[in-house]
Amino acid sequence: MAAMVQRLRGSVLTSPTSSAVNLVGLLVVAIAVVAALQRIYQSGPTYFFQTLGFGMAQGAIFALVALGYTMVYGIIELINFAHGDVFTLGAFFSLAVMPLFGLTAGKAPSTALILPLIGLFVVTMLFCALVNVAIERVAYRPLRHAPRLAPLITAIGMSAFLEGVMFIWRGPYNLAYPDFLPEQQISLGGGVTIAAKAVMVIVIAIVLMIGLTLFVGRSKLGKAMRATAQDRDAAQLMGIDINRTISATFFIGAALAGAGGIIYGLYYNSVAAFDGFQYGLIAFTAAVFGGIGNIPGAALGGFAIGIIAAISDGYFSVSWTQIMIFGILIFVLVFRPTGLLGMRVPEK
Amino acid sequence: MSRVRDFVRSNSRNPNAVAYTIMGLAALFYPAVVQFATGGNGDYLVGLAADGGIYMLMAIGLNVVVGFAGLLDLGYAAFFAIGSYTYAIVASNHLGVTPIGHSLHIPFWIALFIGMIVAATAGALLGAPTLRLRGDYLAIVTLGFGEIVPRVFRNAGVWTGGVPGISALDVPTLPGWFQGPWIGQDFAYVPDFRFTSANLTAYYVLMVILIAFVVVLVHNLYNSRLGRAWMAVREDETAAAASGVNTVSVKLLAFSIGAATSGFAGAFYGAKLSYVSSDNFGFDVSVTVLAMVVLGGMGNIPGAMIGAAVLYFVLFWLLPNAPTQVESLASSLGMNWLTQSTPNGWPGIAEEVSRSKYLIFGLILVGIMLLRPQGLLPSQIRKQELKHTADLAPAVK
Repeated sequence: MAAMVQRLRGSVLTSPTSSAVNLVGLLVVAIAVVAALQRIYQSGPTYFFQTLGFGMAQGAIFALVALGYTMVYGIIELINFAHGDVFTLGAFFSLAVMPLFGLTAGKAPSTALILPLIGLFVVTMLFCALVNVAIERVAYRPLRHAPRLAPLITAIGMSAFLEGVMFIWRGPYNLAYPDFLPEQQISLGGGVTIAAKAVMVIVIAIVLMIGLTLFVGRSKLGKAMRATAQDRDAAQLMGIDINRTISATFFIGAALAGAGGIIYGLYYNSVAAFDGFQYGLIAFTAAVFGGIGNIPGAALGGFAIGIIAAISDGYFSVSWTQIMIFGILIFVLVFRPTGLLGMRVPEK
Repeated sequence: MSRVRDFVRSNSRNPNAVAYTIMGLAALFYPAVVQFATGGNGDYLVGLAADGGIYMLMAIGLNVVVGFAGLLDLGYAAFFAIGSYTYAIVASNHLGVTPIGHSLHIPFWIALFIGMIVAATAGALLGAPTLRLRGDYLAIVTLGFGEIVPRVFRNAGVWTGGVPGISALDVPTLPGWFQGPWIGQDFAYVPDFRFTSANLTAYYVLMVILIAFVVVLVHNLYNSRLGRAWMAVREDETAAAASGVNTVSVKLLAFSIGAATSGFAGAFYGAKLSYVSSDNFGFDVSVTVLAMVVLGGMGNIPGAMIGAAVLYFVLFWLLPNAPTQVESLASSLGMNWLTQSTPNGWPGIAEEVSRSKYLIFGLILVGIMLLRPQGLLPSQIRKQELKHTADLAPAVK
């Protein structure tokens, strides 16, 4: 209880804006919520649950990507702009190696596909992880003591580089991604249905996230990561290999992004070289929304942003959705920079 | 005479003075040289240089934000868009088709400054609540802002012309103009002159004057108390605050001066193109300008200008022309198989080369930051900072 009071007081004291401005912020949020609720009420429950299922599925993918942003930010305070492109690279790579696993377009969804798909996931995740570790080696590690601007600029550079590689490789087209997930709708009773596809996407994402949480919470390397995020110098004095720990963070984050890339392909059945940057920005918004540096926060933020985007798509207008998401980003940073669950990154 | 000699001698070892001199001479003789070299068909190249000047203006402005004050602005194109759209609204028939019903035709010379002021105001409004946040949060806020602004212009329907944008903007006019052999015509005085696409030299001259104007302004700011405050904030914000610098207002000034320059460039862009559309203000514009500043040398005005000139030349002249060049090279070497597209995904060498723009961006940004973080023409102060922090870091801790 005392700790909570402390935290509340801390968040009020460090709040960058005055209470009058905060009131305006609250008012805007309240109006938006009321407008959304009114439209949801008018359109009935069936449509709402469809929207919700869609939002949860896209939120699951956002969450997977957001985890990579949040882990890297937590440990070296870098916004890894290349992360969104590692995600697209996962989709591109999996598309290229798919035939090696006997997965060709047009195969009907069946249980026989489960094993090859698992293989595809493992190989793609490994590939993306190694690419991300290489990026860290080449572009971020030499600049670890440079001014903060320097690694941010190389991060943008690596992002453009990866986009450039994919662009040269496959061109500006939307690539068709084969559809291996079942198309059925699962009935939940009362006329409410949810797509089997969405359920599968959510389940895969949640399994991966549970795995990550267990790893960071229980394993020795996870403990080293948390220690390094908290205080790099002290961690080093305790005998933790900082470089190895940071590499491991990039490895795991990119593995999740690679998995996200495959899921994205399987769910939307289309991918293009420049998808990842936008998608990464939205996922980053999710990470900020949940409280950057906070792993459960990123997962929560991912689902929240996915659902908000789906509601905006479904009840308002698709062309305003991205404006709204980036508006949320600015809004959160101005009014509550610690995010929903609170930032775990100490100001260094 | 000896005074001139002393002046030259004392400045000949100063790279910035040399750079300014070379750029000034190049700007002066460029149209004549181009017209001579192409036999009078150089209008396209002169116009290209005028367009490049827009990027140069933006690079000078972003250099204030990123180079002087050390704030990473990733949504710089948003202010460019705001300047362009402001010009489009106050200097065309467009307001006549909006619910207001009366079109405005403010002369270019005033509208230019209106675009600048609106962009600066937008910068101040965005910066005021966010500049007290830590550095990389600012990068994110500006990035979000840069993504929002073009989309708002696209979706705002009748007010901004929606997806097609606003066309038929007013062109600048002057009471008189001189034409002469430098554009391949006889020397004459032209009364009631209108800037048109038939006379791109006029745009070029106007651009050079605008750049000179902005350079003088920014240069004086840099050498003022404010400029020193910017550098203090960039080096160590806490120490600057402890020494009595009002960090928030200093950062806010840098941010809105940068935005103002971008809006200025945007208004010129709208007038020259006579058309604005939300497609031209995406993140790639922001990154291009950032790459120009980084390539040229963060924190140094002539550095940013040279970076802009070099990168503009590469991206807008070399790359668009390279595909045909490479193709003819390949076929003259007898490698015709390279130039043809094949069904298994090889689109032909020309297409591959024209796709390499993003790769080049990336390599420039990463390569410069790793190998020569101070840029092509470095700021002497910034050079020390970027080069030696690594060696100093353990000692400071």
